[in-house]
Amino acid sequence: MTDYGAFATDPLFGLPLEELWFGLVFFILGMFLFLDGFDFGVGALFATRDDEDERETLLAAIGPFWDGNEVWLVVFGGALFAAFPAVYANLFSRHYLLMFAILGALILRGLAPEMYEQRHDEAWQTWWGRSFVVGSVSAPFFIGVFAAHWLLGISSLVSLPGVVVGLAVVALTIVAGVGFLGMKTRGALQRDVVEYGPKAMAAYLALVVVTLGYLVVLRPDLGVIAPIPLALVVITLVSAGGYLVTLREERYTLAFGTVPVLVFAFVALVAVLMFPMADPAVGLTVSDAIISILPLNIMSIAAALLLPLVFSYFGILYSTFRGPIETGESYS
Amino acid sequence: MLDPVIASRLQFALTTIVHIIFPVMSMGLAPFLIYFTWKDIRTDDPVYEQLRRFWTKIFAISFVVGTVTGIVLEFEFGTNFAAFSTAAGELFGGPLATEGMMAFMLEATFLGVFVFGREKVSDALYMVSAVAVGLGTWLSAVWILVANSWMQTPRGFELVRESDQLVISLVDPIAAYANPRFPWMFVHMQNAAVLSVALFMAGVAAYHIWQRGIDAEDNQQSARFWRKTLKIALVVLLVTAPFQAIHGDAYGRHVYETQPQKFAAMEAVWETDSYVPEYLFAVPTSLEHITDPRAKELLGIGIPGGASWLASGGNPQAEITGLNEFETEAPPVAIVFWSFRLMVAAGFWFILLAFWAAYRWWTDELYDDDLLHKAFVGSSLLGIFAVEVGWIVTEVGRQPWVIQGVLKTQDGVSPGLTGFEATLTLVGFVFVYTGLLGLYTYVIRRIIREGPPSVDGTSPTETATPSGVSGDD
Repeated sequence: MTDYGAFATDPLFGLPLEELWFGLVFFILGMFLFLDGFDFGVGALFATRDDEDERETLLAAIGPFWDGNEVWLVVFGGALFAAFPAVYANLFSRHYLLMFAILGALILRGLAPEMYEQRHDEAWQTWWGRSFVVGSVSAPFFIGVFAAHWLLGISSLVSLPGVVVGLAVVALTIVAGVGFLGMKTRGALQRDVVEYGPKAMAAYLALVVVTLGYLVVLRPDLGVIAPIPLALVVITLVSAGGYLVTLREERYTLAFGTVPVLVFAFVALVAVLMFPMADPAVGLTVSDAIISILPLNIMSIAAALLLPLVFSYFGILYSTFRGPIETGESYS
Repeated sequence: MLDPVIASRLQFALTTIVHIIFPVMSMGLAPFLIYFTWKDIRTDDPVYEQLRRFWTKIFAISFVVGTVTGIVLEFEFGTNFAAFSTAAGELFGGPLATEGMMAFMLEATFLGVFVFGREKVSDALYMVSAVAVGLGTWLSAVWILVANSWMQTPRGFELVRESDQLVISLVDPIAAYANPRFPWMFVHMQNAAVLSVALFMAGVAAYHIWQRGIDAEDNQQSARFWRKTLKIALVVLLVTAPFQAIHGDAYGRHVYETQPQKFAAMEAVWETDSYVPEYLFAVPTSLEHITDPRAKELLGIGIPGGASWLASGGNPQAEITGLNEFETEAPPVAIVFWSFRLMVAAGFWFILLAFWAAYRWWTDELYDDDLLHKAFVGSSLLGIFAVEVGWIVTEVGRQPWVIQGVLKTQDGVSPGLTGFEATLTLVGFVFVYTGLLGLYTYVIRRIIREGPPSVDGTSPTETATPSGVSGDD
């Protein structure tokens, strides 16, 4: 048997790998919610359009991107499994039906635009258009429920905080979708779509306030009133203000630029409130749940080498399809 | 309500059996697409643009359905097999995470460029994106098979007791991941994927040639397209079909050495024996022969010493350990035994088909032999069928173990899972996956019926020869 020496007993360069991986898992979840979030938002906004060309433009806007965006969810599952297998197993099996609800929504969302383009008759496109909307709204809703239940250690199928956070995530995806379509569309479509931005933002902020109120009153043990969570709340408020102002000034790239800040502030809040627990429901801490040093070192090297490559692919993809969708450009 | 163990196993079987179709399509199409893209860029011949565009449509839809069904599998480890995931996560999660970061990301991002970007990027970047997509699909298989092969021939770990549970701890990553089974699985799987897609292509092309009676002098665009498709598919078939048989034979020996219980189930050998015959053409004469095959009692042409010869690599006297000798219960022998025979039979048929078509090509009658065309049409899905039964041999043959010799499948299921939940999602998946398969078939059929996209302004359907005009002599 090969001797792996210190590599099998000491963390790489003495780094706090447990905490880094806890952060990385949430970072990956944030990437998913940011990138696929605007796809979901475009899906929700699809419901507000009934003009055939406008619908095609919305689909064309996300066409080249959504496959890659969704892979972040796969990487999230993989990273959680690889670094915290006990959390992955406990969390996913405990939220059994919820996980399948997420999967069902994602199947519907993934399939619908492909199917929509296959036939150009009304009944077919009405049906798949609706499926696209339902999948795009229900997926972030269930993911929000999942995040709330994870943080609060709720095991039941439905809960009030779950519903509130679920709706907040839906609102956040619409905020993201509006920002994205602000950049990708022009003319009347752009004007109409952008109007949903302030409404979605108002809903998001209201739901965040309700959630924070709940946490302050009923879950003081989580410590919302502490410097870091409060800083994240301030960051959220400032970004929300920036979003509203830039949207009004029609500076859509800047408006879209606030979206990752909002999303990562949300995800970071969940992570910070949860830490040092990794699965609060069963009292599993990050140090309890982490894999042993040897595989942890290997996974860290793999992630350090691969994630920059992944970002370079996304750089190529997004720069290839930058700029607004031209008229007549369709999904396939 | 079903028992949660049974329901979880059925659900995983169902979701894998459906999912595998789509990666087979993408992995098999990938080298073809790289070739078509290369020729499209380097030559003026429009047929390569048609080939690229036509098969890219099929690739793209396969990728989408493969993604949504693949996420389900990744989540099912956590939802239904939590005990397995907790115990083996340290070894098993790593390859899955690496698959996502290294392979799936590469494939999914460059697929965007490949499908939507022909007019937007340079030829060089377009070629890079074709290669990146192909590389991504194949690297996915690398990491999935690293994980799976470790479950077949586990190495490089030790068992540690953590609180109240046995946990598998990685101690030697090189031994674990450079696993003895991996190269066998990878080569067999990739060749099977390319072979399956070649058969599918040949079947589709033969269908059009046969239906429209395209003859050798026909020069219209779609006729050229289908002839070209058939020839390219045939060349690939001629290489992959015989190779799969040769490789499969050696692979069988490796299984005999590392998983003797699986090998015994493949041959339905219950009592340890030497000079064991190989029943390649076993015929069930009663219901019992189907549900409980025992090689010795089957009516068939047994090659004397054949199974021993296969197991040992040339010694007809070699001993095969019977299923009764093992401490654990036997895997479901009937499923393994018949699946194995169906796979082997399909494999030999592919070789025969390839040689038959090659002979017709050589006599200049490739486009005129209607019987050959019908055979191709009938075989177009048989490659995928062979992959399915091959995987059934691999996965069912490993039972009762989920990790060979380490963890039993029944001990890997989520402890808190209720029969109600498991049955509910199983029923849900039966509906959803039946729907998915139906939709996929429907879309693929539409694409095939539509035929190749026209290039340079000529519509292929306008100039099609009326059907009924046959190319027969």
